[in-house]
Amino acid sequence: MPGITREEVAHLARLARLELKAEELDHFAGQLDDIIGAVARVAEVADRDVPPTSHPLPLTNVMRADEVRPSLTPEQALSCAPAQEQQRFKVPQILGED
Amino acid sequence: MTDSPIIKLTAAEIAAKIASGDLTAVEVTEAHLARIESVDEKVHAFLHIDRDGALAQARAVDEKRERGEKLGPLAGVPLALKDIFTTEGIPTTVGSKILEGWIPPYDATLTRRLKEADVVILGKTNMDEFAMGSSTENSAYGPTGNPWDLTRIPGGSGGGSSAALASYEAPLAIGTDTGGSIRQPAAVTGTVGVKPTYGAVSRYGMVAFSSSLDQGGPCARTVLDAALLHEVIAGHDPLDSTSIDAPVPPVVEAARNGSVAGMRVGVVKQFRGEGYQAGVVQRFDESVQLLKELGAEIVELDCPSFDLALSAYYLIAPSECSSNLARFDGLRYGLRVGDDGTRSAEDVTSLTREEGFGDEVKRRIMLGTYALSSGYYDAYYGSAQKVRTLITQDFQKAFEQVDVIVSPTTPTTAFPIGERADDPMAMYLADLCTIPTNLAGNAAMSLPCGLAPEDGLPVGLQIIAPAMKDERLYQVGAAVEAAFVARWGHPLLEEAPSL
Repeated sequence: MPGITREEVAHLARLARLELKAEELDHFAGQLDDIIGAVARVAEVADRDVPPTSHPLPLTNVMRADEVRPSLTPEQALSCAPAQEQQRFKVPQILGED
Repeated sequence: MTDSPIIKLTAAEIAAKIASGDLTAVEVTEAHLARIESVDEKVHAFLHIDRDGALAQARAVDEKRERGEKLGPLAGVPLALKDIFTTEGIPTTVGSKILEGWIPPYDATLTRRLKEADVVILGKTNMDEFAMGSSTENSAYGPTGNPWDLTRIPGGSGGGSSAALASYEAPLAIGTDTGGSIRQPAAVTGTVGVKPTYGAVSRYGMVAFSSSLDQGGPCARTVLDAALLHEVIAGHDPLDSTSIDAPVPPVVEAARNGSVAGMRVGVVKQFRGEGYQAGVVQRFDESVQLLKELGAEIVELDCPSFDLALSAYYLIAPSECSSNLARFDGLRYGLRVGDDGTRSAEDVTSLTREEGFGDEVKRRIMLGTYALSSGYYDAYYGSAQKVRTLITQDFQKAFEQVDVIVSPTTPTTAFPIGERADDPMAMYLADLCTIPTNLAGNAAMSLPCGLAPEDGLPVGLQIIAPAMKDERLYQVGAAVEAAFVARWGHPLLEEAPSL
């Protein structure tokens, strides 16, 4: 099993949208490596003919009739927004200016 | 100020006294609010106390009674609610800075059911951030102390809920159990905690950590109280697609008719070995002896895949958490950091998450991101799901031979705050005995079985039942509880030092 390097942690942090500080990269690299080393044993059963279980219950889509029903008001839905404008969530720019 | 004797009553006793008019719900609520005021500075079980809301609910119960309306089995009984369930108009933080000050516009189904049953919600209890942890040290708002020894952990992630019970701040509490977060705090605080069958209690409005494992459930000081609360919160919810559409098992009836005579009780070889404290093993062995004396037949079981449960859990839970916690992006609710007009949404999200999440949450998000990443998916997440199948099969085989399984709930008693803080693997071992049940989805309970001789701290006995057979937990639990209380001459909690 591969060891987890500082660079790999930096890559994971980017994927996970976490702006980790330099000292955190070192700290987590060591810890993640230890944890992955300890849990990698699960791969010992990987080659066996075992079906995977993703959920303890058999899941089916549950649908309801498409009817108009009361829901949160716009004020309620926006009550927790960090910023709002014109009854909408105001977010930082998604696209660059050019 | 001397405490009111009301705080030592069980939920069943309180409900009976309110129904008969011996006590009013307001008196009961005031007694508990006063207790919280006098001890919670030391214990820190609560993150938010809803004094006005609790008194208003209590007054409503008293008025209902005065009008001669029929009261439910827990009407007027105060409860401490884990801060993972949304409460309309009341802050909900999940122990995280990222939701500091967030006031949900809606109630979780569980919250709604408690209110409809006229249970009085005192406030929201402390927890490990996003329910990730085994010690309540990962709360962004500071740790909770164990009422038996305030320098020790009260278990996690529901340490606040169990500490509130053990310090007599509330007779009932709610927890959630993803890898043991109801049972493990119950064990180390000398209280009762039940993880119902997966899907038995709605997850609607419960902030998701690992959706295929998370399960809300009752915490109490007695088995009967837990059963009464179980009946209030369980049952089908159309708002949760993983909610089981079947009648709630007769748990209260079972708790009133405790018995193990003629039952086959399994003891699993894999639930002992290295890492188990001598006093824990001693109390567990005595519990097995007690079960024999009460007429149970003890059956030795071999469940080899249980040895891989912890490993599978620490791949599956982080994988689901990395996905569930993607919603905390600083755009629609909660904290937002670095929005100075020049940064992109992506950068603001990264800065917000860095600032808003604590170490354990970051650690698990990255573990999950790693386990799900291309190239590693089959070796880690895929293999963990195969282990999950094997564990479920081991349980199935076991339950062909026995009615319930027993084990210690935790391998050790409560450890000192800070002892395992920098050693995640050591911390993860606290849930060694509870995790297999979450992976398989069956039901389990922890109840007190004595104090470890070496440190005088509570030891928990775990009882595990097949899915949808939750009543067996209560039937066995009530019998064991009655026998222990008779032997000790009083409930175990009475041996806790006064705060």
